[in-house]
This record gives sequence, C-alpha cells and structure tokens, in this order.
Amino acid sequence: MTTDGAILEMRGICKFFPGVRALENVDFTLREGEIHALMGENGAGKSTLIKVLTGVYPKDGGEVWLAGKPVHIKSPQDAQNKGIATVYQEITLCPNLTVAENMYIGRTKGPLTNWVKINHDANRLLDELGIPVSATEQLGNCSIAIQQMVAIARAVDMDCKVLILDEPTSSLDEQEVQKLFNLMRDLKAKGVGIIFVTHFLEQVYEVCDRITVLRDGKLVGEYIIEDLPRVQLVSKMLGKDFDDMADIKNGSEAENIDLNGTPVYQAINLTGTTGIKPFDFEIHQGEVNGFTGLLGSGRSESVRAIFGADRVVGGKVFVDGKPVKIRKPLDAMRYGISYLPEDRKLDGIVGDLSVRDNIILALQVMKGFFKPFSKAQAEKFADEYIKLLNIKTASQDTPIKSLSGGNQQKVILARWLLANPQYLILDEPTRGIDVGTKVEIQKLVLKLAAEGKSVTFISSEIDEMIRTCSRLVVMRDGKVVGELKGDDLNQNKIMATIAGGES
Amino acid sequence: MTSNVPTFKPRLTGKEVAEKIFRNQLFFPIAALFLLVIFNLITDPGFFKVTLEPNSAGNLVLSGNLITMIDYASELVILAIGMTLVTSASGGQDISVGATIAIAGSTVLRIVKTQSPNISNGKFAGMIIASFLLCVLVSALFGAFNGALVAFFKIQPMVATLILFTAGRSIAAWINNNDNISINDKRFSYFGNFIPGIAVPTPVFITILCLIVIAIVLKVTNLRLYSQAVGINASSSRLNGINPKMIKLLTFVILGVCVAVCGFIKVSRTSSITYSVIANNIEMDAILAVALGGNNLGGGKFNLTSSVIGAYVIQFLTTTLYKFKEIDSSSISAYKAAVVILLIIISSPFVRKFFEDRKNRREAAKAEALAGKESA
Repeated sequence: MTTDGAILEMRGICKFFPGVRALENVDFTLREGEIHALMGENGAGKSTLIKVLTGVYPKDGGEVWLAGKPVHIKSPQDAQNKGIATVYQEITLCPNLTVAENMYIGRTKGPLTNWVKINHDANRLLDELGIPVSATEQLGNCSIAIQQMVAIARAVDMDCKVLILDEPTSSLDEQEVQKLFNLMRDLKAKGVGIIFVTHFLEQVYEVCDRITVLRDGKLVGEYIIEDLPRVQLVSKMLGKDFDDMADIKNGSEAENIDLNGTPVYQAINLTGTTGIKPFDFEIHQGEVNGFTGLLGSGRSESVRAIFGADRVVGGKVFVDGKPVKIRKPLDAMRYGISYLPEDRKLDGIVGDLSVRDNIILALQVMKGFFKPFSKAQAEKFADEYIKLLNIKTASQDTPIKSLSGGNQQKVILARWLLANPQYLILDEPTRGIDVGTKVEIQKLVLKLAAEGKSVTFISSEIDEMIRTCSRLVVMRDGKVVGELKGDDLNQNKIMATIAGGES
Repeated sequence: MTSNVPTFKPRLTGKEVAEKIFRNQLFFPIAALFLLVIFNLITDPGFFKVTLEPNSAGNLVLSGNLITMIDYASELVILAIGMTLVTSASGGQDISVGATIAIAGSTVLRIVKTQSPNISNGKFAGMIIASFLLCVLVSALFGAFNGALVAFFKIQPMVATLILFTAGRSIAAWINNNDNISINDKRFSYFGNFIPGIAVPTPVFITILCLIVIAIVLKVTNLRLYSQAVGINASSSRLNGINPKMIKLLTFVILGVCVAVCGFIKVSRTSSITYSVIANNIEMDAILAVALGGNNLGGGKFNLTSSVIGAYVIQFLTTTLYKFKEIDSSSISAYKAAVVILLIIISSPFVRKFFEDRKNRREAAKAEALAGKESA
C-alpha cells in the first residue's frame, strides 16, 4: 500500500474542530530526497496537517506510515524521536545560549557534559552543512538566517528523515534565502525529505520538486513541479479552474465615476515599515477598487498604511486634494476614512463588550473622551444598525464574542458605517462567514458606492472582487505589479498578473 | 460539507443574560458580606450595637464594631477604585500602593510640620489644602511613573510597580530626613478621626466623596468604555482611534490620586508616620478587593460597585477576626488567608462554570424529557 521511495505517507487524514472540518481525507506523500511544497491559502489546512504530523494535534482519522511502517505519533517529542523535525517561522531556540548549546540542549546524557567535544562536533557539522558560524557564538548575535540554519542543523544532527520548514523564508532577505536553499539542496542530496511551507511562489519554483495543494481542508492534488505552471497553481489554490472560467460581468458602474476629478484619497510614494515597497494609490468618489494578490503579497499592509494602522515613514497623502498627514488611525478617521481590519478577532471585535458598545465605539472615539453618548442615544444607534444590517443577536447587551462570525463582521461594519466615512476600506470582510452574509456585504458595498462613498474592497475570492470592483491593484511580494480595469477584469488576466513571471 | 462557521444558539434572551451576569458579579461579594454578618450575629448578638458616647476628646461620637469597620475600610475602598481601573486597562495590578501611600503621607507631613503652633483657622486650612494638593501631585507623578513603565515600556504591571514597592518607603523616609514626626495640632487629626460636633468618622465622608467623584467621572467621560476596550483588545482599540498607552497611563495616574487621599487619611489618623509600617500590605488587600468583587484580574470588563463591596468584605473579615480574643494578633493573617482562599475559590470562574454547567445540564435534561413526553 506504500508508494515506492516514500519515507512518509499520510492517508485519509481527518481533523475536526468544533464546527469546523479542518482536514477532510487528506493524503500526503513525501519521497526520499525531495523537497515538497505544501501550498494553500489561509485556512486551507496546511498548518493543521503539519500539526497532526508533528503530534501537536491528535488526528481524528487516517493513517501515517514512516518508511513503510504504520506509526502513531503521540506528541511533538515522539515525532522528533521518530525522525520528524520541524523548523518554525519563528525561531524556537534560546538566543541567550551558544550555537552548540542550542544544537544539543535536551539531548545530553547524565549530569556531566563534555562541552569541548560537543563544540568540536558542532563545528564539524556546521562545516559540513556549510553554515558560516562558530559553535561557541551566542545565538542571539547571529542573523535570523543563521538562526534558522542552526535550527536545521539541530534537526539534521538528530538524524531526521523528514524535515518540515514552516515559512522559514518570511523574515529573510534575498541572499539569506539563497543560503538556506543551498542548505536544503545539500540535505536533499543526503536523502532527507523536506516539506516546505511558504507563500512565495517564486521560491517554490526555484527549489521544490513536487507540490501538494490544499484548499478548504481538502486535498486538491499532488503535482510534479514541471507539470504545474504558476497560473495553474494559483488557480488551484484559489479554487478556480483556469480554462473554463466563465467571465462574470463586472457589475460596477465604472462609467458614472468621474476619474478625472479630484480623488477622495490620494497617496504618492506612500512608504510603510511593514515590508511593502512605496506605492501610489488613489480613489475617486463613488469608486470601488480593490487590492489583490496572494496572502502575504502586501495587500493588507498597503491598506493599513493608508489608514495609519502601521507606522508610515514617507510619501504624500491628499484627502480631497488637500495635503494631510495621517500618523495614527484617529487621524484617518477624522479625515473620513474607515478601516475594517483583516483579522476580525484580533483587530476588529472587542470581545467582551456588548454589541452596542462595539457599534458605537468608533463614532464615540471620534466624538471625544469627554462627550459620551447618552445610553438612549447609544441604544438608538445600535438599534438602527442592528435592523439595517439584519444583525442576529439576542440583544444589544450580548457580548459580541458570542455572535457568529458573520454577525460579528456585520457589527464591525455597522461600527464603521455609523462613523459615516467618505472612504471605507474593507479588508477581507467576507472571510470565514456564511455565503448569505457574503452576498449581503457585497450588495452593501455597491449600494454605498451608489450613494457616493468610495470603497476599497479586499477579498481572497477573486469573483467577489470582480463583482464589486471597477479597478484592481495587483500586488506580489510587497510590490504593486499591475493595475487592471475594464476588460482586463477577468479571472484569467487577474491570475496571470498575480502569478507574474512566465504565465 | 457543513458550513465552517460555528453557530451559537442564544439560550436566553439578552436581557436575561445581562441580568444574570450583573447578578453574578455582585452576588458573591454581597453573599460573603451577608455570611460574615450572620456569623457575627450568632457568635455575638451585640456585635452590631452602635452607641453614641463621648470619645477621648470629649465629643459625642458613634462607636461600635460596625462604625470601626466602615471607618477603617475607607482607605481600602478608595484604593479599590483606582486598582479596579488599573486592572481593567492594563490587565495587571499595582503592588506599590502601600509604599506610595507612605510617600504621600510623608509629603503631607513635610508641609504640615513647618506650621507654627497657634496658626489661625484660615491659615491652617490654606496649609492643609496646599499640602494635600502637593501630595496629590507627587502621588500622581509616581502613578505616572508606574504607568509609563507599563504603557510605553510594556513591562508587566507587577514587575514595573515592584520598583516603587521596594523603594517607596525609603523615598518616604528621605522626604522627612527619616525624622519622627508628630503633629500636635488637633485640627490635623480631624481628617482621620472626628470633626468636633460630628458623630460620624471623617474618612467615611471622604470615601463617599471619592465614590461620588468617580461616579461622575465615569458618567461624563468615556473612561469606562476606553479602559475596558483597551483591557479586552488593545490592538482593536487602537484601530478605533483610542490610544491604549495613554489610557493605561491615565488609570495609573487616577490610582495615584487615590493613593494621595489614602496617604492623607492615614497620617491624619495618627498625626504621625512610621515609614516602614504605614499602610503595610494594603496593596494585597486592594487587589483582593478587586478579585473578590468578581472582576477579572486579567483586565477588561469591571464592576466598581463590586470592588467596593469586596473592600468592605475584607475589612469586615479583619475586624471580625480581631474580635476573637483566642486568636493571637500575629496569627490573624493566617486565618484571614484561609477565609480569603475559600471566598476566592467560591467566586472563581471554575466553580461558577461548574454550577452553571450543572444547571444547563439539568435544563437540557428537562427539555429532553419534555420533548420525549410530547412525542409519545
């Protein structure tokens, strides 16, 4: 039942969380001496699969074979003993210890340790792997790339057969990435199987042999890298078949917008500190546009820079043609900009507060610390928007955290609509909510535009963007790589632009 | 495939939920208070007797355990106000309040000790006001120091306030060159004891005044909404235009003002100061008051009334224990701890959840039985 040369096989893996099927019948095969990319958008199940494999979560179904033998992985420690090593995005080593100490910590026997020998061994292994660092160097003094490599060296020394690299490159620069890739190729030559999780398409095509794509907790397929052009990969990740996609008519009224007038908001060379390149952006009255790109492409970082959510270090900003400075969210709010954040739980809701408090929060803050709304006024606002957006809540006093995801999102929407902005930024307003609410939100966006408001709409689902936006800014790896409008607004063109390179 | 959005079925209407939460939070401190009353009535029916008799100064004043208890709880109640706000916004507690009370008291005495003995009433009042304002300023600055460490340097509140916890009493001694100060002017002791002709202890009035002030502050500002929002989700608060750092700082400054009032009452009670003993361990009682009030020490939502009742419970408990002649005064802390553990466990989320779960299960079983009957 095993594939030839497979060191790891996972068959029919299932994992359920309350109300969510995180993994459903997922198969995964890793062969000896291959680098295997695990791809998928957020929530596709990549990290759940890794966590099942490393014993963090117990699996609810399916089987795992290691080198042809069925195994049961009980804990992360157990996984390590069985030769499955993991290097996480964030370094999990101790920066205050030396390189050698980090490599051997927890693996020495008895109370006495021959550190001279260990340092010697460590140096030999580091040399062998071509990692340019001395065993006695304190880890905290090394670059992030070196720290990653030390973590890998530790794994290699533990005789790992399967090495999992979970987004190891996200904090590395180009040169450091190359060093890491060289190390990965060396290990591959030694017969180690490597699972590589990343959001960077270029890196996948540079170093990987095979790709397994997951979507919505299900296996989309396993492909040899040569057989899967980038555009195909993007379409598989997003769940759109590239060839037979029906072009959905762009529903926005692009014709009615005066694109030659003064933009409601305009940024020139806006420079943030969150790893995006400086960019220009403008939006006109009544326009709906969007930022698109894969996760981590910088689309959220861009809108956060517009709202002043992250520190902005350069560029000019004009609101209604007048130069303004937006340093913090409150500045943006005062200029009539609203921002519905991508991460509803972390940045959106104030969980323990009531639905009412959550609705009035932004307007209340704009009104000022010394001018609280009367209870009656707050109740009136809440009532109005609960009805307007059809929010399903037991009462205004219900804590927002006990609402369903879609209704929580509507409360946040209500909050920003109540603030009556002229420019509304919606970052993934439809993520993780039911289909009915998704449609409601899209309709609302178009209605707001018809009323003369400007909206920037971000969604991972391209057809949502096509339905609502009249212009799309496409981003890849922190850069704006294209702007699409009119007839170019179709799935094929968008995906080709997202994928870039030879499409 | 099912929708991957978890659905929540509201079991109760919102009004019922709100009522339940409100009752829950006030229920435990009030119940604890009630139990202490019952216990005292059983062991000593005369425990709550209040009499009007002349005190050592020759004034007719109210006396009795109840009066003592309410009087001595004043500092704790005032501190509990500030501690509740700090807890809400910062998700941590200030353990330096005892030491900063020493600083506040020492500051007051530094001014008052310079007075000439037979100063006129008007001049005396002016000096008291000056010393009080200076003491408020100093305490607020120390509060701001704590708050700045917590808000801007992101140090855990308990660690940040450990600095003044350690250094505060030395600073207090340094303010007065470690002198033994004793104020002979009787008028100074009015604030911590009785004003001639008034039968109720002055600290009780000061406490009521403080409660009224904080009630007004909460009414005319957004302090409640802001500090709760910051305590629950600072990141989200920031994206809604709130400055979480300033709010945290503000709550520490407010606690500083509370500390100033306490320091003033404390030194007025004895007309003197012992730097190493004044308000000793009061920080722990203040934190306990917040916890007994059912407030989450991890920050977020708070109920000030509940904390205030919690403060009275603690003082009531101490007074009750002092009543027992058999208990050696040095071992009172141990008895107090035992009772506090009990109270904290009873009001802990774990126990509350246990009883709630049991209730839910019973109701579910009932509903099931009912459904079974209907179908049959």
